[in-house]
Amino acid sequence: MAREGISRRDVLRTLAAGAAGGSVLQVIPAAAAEYVHQMVHKEKAAASAGKYTPKYFSAAQYATLIALCDTIIPKDEKSGGAVEAGAPEFIDLLTSENEKYQLRLGGGLFWLDSLCTDRYGKVFLECTPEQRTIVLDAIAYRENAKQDSSLRQGVAFFSFLRRLTCDGFYTSKIGIADLQYIGNATLSEFPGCPPLPES
Amino acid sequence: MAQVIRSPKAYDVCIIGSGAGGGMAAKNLAEGGLNCVLLEAGPNVNPEKDFKMWTWPYELPHRGAGVGGRARENFSEFLAPNGAWEIDGEPYTSAPGANFQWFRSRIVGGRTNHWGRIALRFAPIDFKSGTRDGLGDDWPITYEDLAPYYDKVESYIGVFGTKENVSSAPDGIFLPPPKPRCNELMVKKACDKLGIICIPSRLAILTRSINGRLPCHYCGQCGRGCVTASNFSSSQVLLPPAMKTGKLTLITGAMAREIIVSKDGKAEGVSYIDKAARSEKRINARAIVVAASACESARLLLNSKSSAFPNGIANSSGTVGRYLTDSVGSDGWGRFPQLEKMPPHNHDGVGGMHVYIPWWKFDRKNEFPRGYHIEIWGGRHMPGVGMFDGLCYDEEGYGAKLKQRARQVYGTTIGFSGRGEMLPNPDTYCEIDPDVVDQWGIPVLRFHFRFTDYELLQAKDMQQTFRSIVETMGGEYLAKTSIHGQYPFGIQEGGKIIHEVGTARMGADPKTSVLNGYCQAHDVKNLFVTDGASLVTNPDKNPTLTILALSWRASEYLLDEAKKGNL
Repeated sequence: MAREGISRRDVLRTLAAGAAGGSVLQVIPAAAAEYVHQMVHKEKAAASAGKYTPKYFSAAQYATLIALCDTIIPKDEKSGGAVEAGAPEFIDLLTSENEKYQLRLGGGLFWLDSLCTDRYGKVFLECTPEQRTIVLDAIAYRENAKQDSSLRQGVAFFSFLRRLTCDGFYTSKIGIADLQYIGNATLSEFPGCPPLPES
Repeated sequence: MAQVIRSPKAYDVCIIGSGAGGGMAAKNLAEGGLNCVLLEAGPNVNPEKDFKMWTWPYELPHRGAGVGGRARENFSEFLAPNGAWEIDGEPYTSAPGANFQWFRSRIVGGRTNHWGRIALRFAPIDFKSGTRDGLGDDWPITYEDLAPYYDKVESYIGVFGTKENVSSAPDGIFLPPPKPRCNELMVKKACDKLGIICIPSRLAILTRSINGRLPCHYCGQCGRGCVTASNFSSSQVLLPPAMKTGKLTLITGAMAREIIVSKDGKAEGVSYIDKAARSEKRINARAIVVAASACESARLLLNSKSSAFPNGIANSSGTVGRYLTDSVGSDGWGRFPQLEKMPPHNHDGVGGMHVYIPWWKFDRKNEFPRGYHIEIWGGRHMPGVGMFDGLCYDEEGYGAKLKQRARQVYGTTIGFSGRGEMLPNPDTYCEIDPDVVDQWGIPVLRFHFRFTDYELLQAKDMQQTFRSIVETMGGEYLAKTSIHGQYPFGIQEGGKIIHEVGTARMGADPKTSVLNGYCQAHDVKNLFVTDGASLVTNPDKNPTLTILALSWRASEYLLDEAKKGNL
C-alpha cells in the first residue's frame, strides 16, 4: 500500500490545509476522511488482544457472570452471543470502578448462589440446566416478585444485569452487525429515506 | 499566603469564557485591532485527538458508558463538553425543595463543542412579549436591531434551513437542508393531516463548503465534536481567525475569581486562579467582557464585591442572578411496527433532526402563555449504551426471544422533544451560597428553582401533541406521564435542557436590569456581559444563535466606544 507510511495525523493536517486553501475541497475530504476512518480502525484493532483477568469479580463469580450473560443473549443462527461480544469484560470493568455496581452485581451474584443453595443444595453454576431455568424464570419478571416478595432482590439484580448485558452486546461489533446498523461513514450527500413500507 | 502574581502587561480587553459569547467577542475585538486576552477555565481542545468522531463504541473500553458507568446516567463519554452536570471539586447547591441541574463545560469553545447546533432566530414578537400578554418585560432592543447581526452570524457560521414565512420562526440566510430521514417523513405526513407546521430544521451545520470549511460528511455525530469543523463551534470557527490576528492571547486553566474595581468605579482587571500552578494571578485590561455562561457569569459578578459595589459589581439593581430560566422540556415517544419492515439503510444524516415543528399555535388562544417547538429523533442510529433499557423493561425475560425482539424493534421508535418558553418567576434565581466554596476557594452558587402552572400547562400540551402525532402516524404512544410525581407531564428538572439564561439581563431601566441593549453594564461602562445572562426572555428558540448575534453587536459597539475613547 502506497499510503501505508502516511499517519492519521498527516491526513488530518492535509485536511486542515485543504480547508484553509479552499480550492481542493470537493475532491479531498471524502477520500481523506474515509482513509482516516480506516486507519483509526486498524489502530484500535491492533490494541486489543490477550486473555481477560477480571478486575473485580472472583474467579467463581466471574464464571457465573459469564453463564448469565450467555443466557441473557445467547448465540443463535444469526450471530454470536453476549460472551463472544465481550459483555462480561465490559461489566467487570464498570463494576470495578463503581461501588453501587459492586453492591448490585457482586451482591446479586451472592444472592443467586444462596437462593440456589437453599433450593438445590448447590451454587448456581453447579445446578442442572433445568434448575437454572427455574431460578432464572423466577427472577426475570417483575410479576413474580409481586407474588413472592422474597424474589424482589433477585428481580432487581437480574433486571440490572440484563440492561448491562444488552449494553455490552449491542455496543460490540457482533451486536451492531446483528442489528444491521449501517453508517458511521462519510457520505458526500445524505441519500434520504428509501421507499417507505406501506403502513 | 501565596502572593498574587500580576501580569505586567495591560490588555485592551479581557474576555472571560471562550464559548459562543466569548469566542464571538474575541474574534470581533481582535480583528478590530484591540489587544485581547481570553481566560478559559478548562484546557485547550485538540479536535483530532480529543474528538471521538467515527469511533465505534467497542473501540472504547467503557463503550460510551464512561468510568464506572457514570456517563450512562450523566452524559455519554462520546460527547465533547469536558464537563456535565457534576464536576469534581466544583460543586453548587440547591435550596431546599429546588433541584436545579447546572451543566458546565470546561474546555476551549465551551458548550459549542457538543451543542445541538439548533440555530433559531427569536421572532419579532419575542422582543415584545411583555407588552403582548402582560407577563414579564420587553427587551430594550427590537428584532430589527438584531436582524442584521443574525444575518452576519448565519452567513459566517453556516446554517441550513428553508424560507417558510412562519411568523414565530423568522427565516434567515440558509444553506440547503439535507433530505429528510424516514421517521421524519412519517412525522411530516401526520403533521400535514393535523394542521401542524413541520419544516426543515435549522442547524449550524454545513451542507455546502463556506469560508474554507468542509461540508458535512453525514456521520451523525456532531455532539462528539467535528474533526473537519463542518459544524459550528467557537473553538474551530471563531477562535482560529481571532488567533490569526496575533492580537489574542489565550490562557487556559484560568478560573476567574473576581473582577477588580478601580477607585473611579471602573473595572480594571481580573483576578483568576491558575489551576495548574494552583495560584492566584491578575490581569489588567481597559475593558472586561464576561461570557462565562449565564450562571457562571452571575457568580463572578456577585463574587466581585468592593466598597463601590457591596452587592457585587454591576449589581446596584440587585437583579444579578435573578430572572433565571431554562427551557421547558418534556419528551415523548412511540413505537411504529410498520418500521420493522424497513430495509437496513444509512439513517445517520447530520447530528440532529432534519425536520422540526416550530411553534405553530401562535395565532390562537392557548391554555398557557408563549409557546414551544418540537424536535424529532429516533430511528436506525448507531447502537449505544442504554438503547435497549426500554425494551428490557417492557419485554423482560432473556434469551433468544429477547434477542429477536431487539432485532425487531431496533430503529422503530420515534421520539419528540418539546422545548418551550419558561417565564421568569420570583422564586427562581441563583445567589452565592454563604457556606460553601469550591476547590479554588471561590464561593459557589446556590440555586432556587420552581416551575409555575404556565410551564406545567405547556408540558401537558406537549404530551397531548406528541400523542396525537404518534396516533395519527399509526404508532403506539409509550411515554407515560401524569400531573403527579417528580416530573409532572414529563417536565424535566430546571437546567436539564441546558438553556439557562437571564441572570444579568438587559433592560431600559437600570433599576430593574444589569445591562443596556449593547450588553454593557449600566453601572460600569467598561464591563460587558455577552453570554446567555443578558437575555430578557427565553423563547422557544435555543439561545445560542441569539447569543452570537448579541455578542457580535456588543463587540462592534465596544470597538466603537474604544475608538471614541469612551471606555
